[in-house]
Amino acid sequence: MATSESGTKVDELTRVHVGASRTGAGQQLTATGKAIEVSDLNLYYGSFLAVQDVSMTIQANKVTAFIGSSGCGKSTVLRSLNRMHELVPGARVEGTVTLDGTDIYAADVDPVSIRRHIGMVFQAPNPFPTMSIYDNVIAGVKLNGKRMPKRELDDLVEHSLRGAGLWDEVKDRLGKPGAGISGGQQQRLCIARAIAVSPDVLLMDEPCSALDPISTSAIEDLIAELKTQYTIVIVTHNMQQAARVSDMTAFFNIVETGKPGHLVEYDLTEKIFTQPADKRTEDYVTGRFG
Amino acid sequence: MPPTQPTGPGRPALATAGPSGTGGLSPERTRRTSVPAISTRRIWALYGVVGVLVVLLSAVTDVSPALYAVAGVLGSGAATYGWSRAAEGRRRAKDRLVTVSISSAFGLALVPLVSLLVTVISRGSDRFDLDFLTHSMRNVVGEGGGGVHAIVGTLVITGLATAFSVPIGLMAAIYLREYGRGRLALALTFFVDVMTGIPSIVAGLFAYALFALLFGPGVRLGVMGAIALTVLMIPVVVRSTEEMLRVVPNGLREASYALGVPKWRTVVKVVLPTALPGIVTGIMLAVARVVGETAPLLVTVGVISSVNVDPFDGRMQNLPVFAFNEYKHPGVPPEPYLERAWAAALTLMVFVMILYVAARVVAGRYGKGGRR
Repeated sequence: MATSESGTKVDELTRVHVGASRTGAGQQLTATGKAIEVSDLNLYYGSFLAVQDVSMTIQANKVTAFIGSSGCGKSTVLRSLNRMHELVPGARVEGTVTLDGTDIYAADVDPVSIRRHIGMVFQAPNPFPTMSIYDNVIAGVKLNGKRMPKRELDDLVEHSLRGAGLWDEVKDRLGKPGAGISGGQQQRLCIARAIAVSPDVLLMDEPCSALDPISTSAIEDLIAELKTQYTIVIVTHNMQQAARVSDMTAFFNIVETGKPGHLVEYDLTEKIFTQPADKRTEDYVTGRFG
Repeated sequence: MPPTQPTGPGRPALATAGPSGTGGLSPERTRRTSVPAISTRRIWALYGVVGVLVVLLSAVTDVSPALYAVAGVLGSGAATYGWSRAAEGRRRAKDRLVTVSISSAFGLALVPLVSLLVTVISRGSDRFDLDFLTHSMRNVVGEGGGGVHAIVGTLVITGLATAFSVPIGLMAAIYLREYGRGRLALALTFFVDVMTGIPSIVAGLFAYALFALLFGPGVRLGVMGAIALTVLMIPVVVRSTEEMLRVVPNGLREASYALGVPKWRTVVKVVLPTALPGIVTGIMLAVARVVGETAPLLVTVGVISSVNVDPFDGRMQNLPVFAFNEYKHPGVPPEPYLERAWAAALTLMVFVMILYVAARVVAGRYGKGGRR
């Protein structure tokens, strides 16, 4: 994996962003999400075509849900949006993905800088076990070796934790281990960690599947708040969740195991769940199969 | 759920429907009233009686006490099983039998350890005194003298070996776990495995041959010993570090990448700190493994009776070789020499003990962020 931090178009964007965050926590509230344009995307693992021919526009400051049965490639597509799938040896893509007009698969683009713009929250909460709650939130700053005055770090921690709806629960124990809080709190800590680097887009890969209903509802409320500042893409197996939180829904399907997954229908969530254009979508959302 | 479970509808049905003797209320148990009730305390009483019997028998007869002990363990194990089977049924009896077997196996494993500890401590403490820890063997014949030159030599040689092997081993493990793909990684893994099996004398001869080529035959230097020990330590460090890196959850690496952290920073700042307690323990155990090596040091660092702190200048004594020499070539009378050998062995054990405790403390301190 390339790790050079040489200047690219995307790095310039980073600088603008870091500059914005330096001016104080309040300024970050004005940060807004960016749109992602996916066209003719084919995803391969080695010679195996995993997902075929995906084209869609993920709108800025909207919540887009990916639904579909297991193995149909929705997580793979999600991970291709910030090049996380490249961590799997042999994974590659054809087609283009652009973030606000910048091709993230262009030859001179460093995947590391892409991930600073497109953050990710995972299925299982994964706070860094060696770090305190405080250090977990600023992990994106610290791990990248950036220096910031203590006061700005404090602001960043408070702002991010408030953004993740966790501040009131943990403000008295910021020095405690990040792994010492409940699963739902850990997941919100991970969201705080992701938004602390002020990304444009937040990808969520089944963020609630390991959580109880109360924590799930806390995170769903949070998603609704976060979309004013970020573009959000969420993969979920829970169709009620997709219907509740998302503005747009993409339904992925697979003909049979071993065949590539593909995008069946992409439309307003309301339309997908009430009057889908495709028979397969209707079957899926009404629970007739899948 | 939990409070209602014992009286829930599922429970009695399970007890009666289960195989014979599994349920607390099965008829099998109430039938057998002729056998005295069994309890853990009564079983211990039984073992006490057997133990006294073993001691008495071995005192009055000429047969080895070990034989009585084995017979006593086997006999009381069988008795426990029979008694429990009659009084409690098959399932509990099996449980008690396995408990007895596991405890006896554990006891058996402890026998050599305890015997070794007792022997070394009792025989080594005769000369494990201030004199031993402050004097070398310079100009000493017969009584007196000490092992300070050997202690210094062991510290210098092992310290140097650790300084050589930890960076190499650590980096090799990081390469294998985090970066290595394809042939090179396979070859490296293979050779690490081969190195694990190198007899220590071969490592010593390798170091000797290497330095003989450079400085001519007959050369003896502390650093040669360190090189020999390094050859032995590297595979242990690589293996244990690799194992510790393997248990770092992949989710942490992904979380770090998703924050836009480059791979090398992820390895240095997320993966290594998470695995650190285990890595430190592994390194300490590797040190403990080589600190007692005798053969490779015998051929590389030689024997000397005065303190030498410079590994690049002349012979160096060390504890295992010191113990070996005092035992192998005692003077007349031999007692002071043998006492010094045992004291050297005890010093070595204390050294390993200190290392081990230090490893636990370090691991505990760094591990605090995580667990719990």
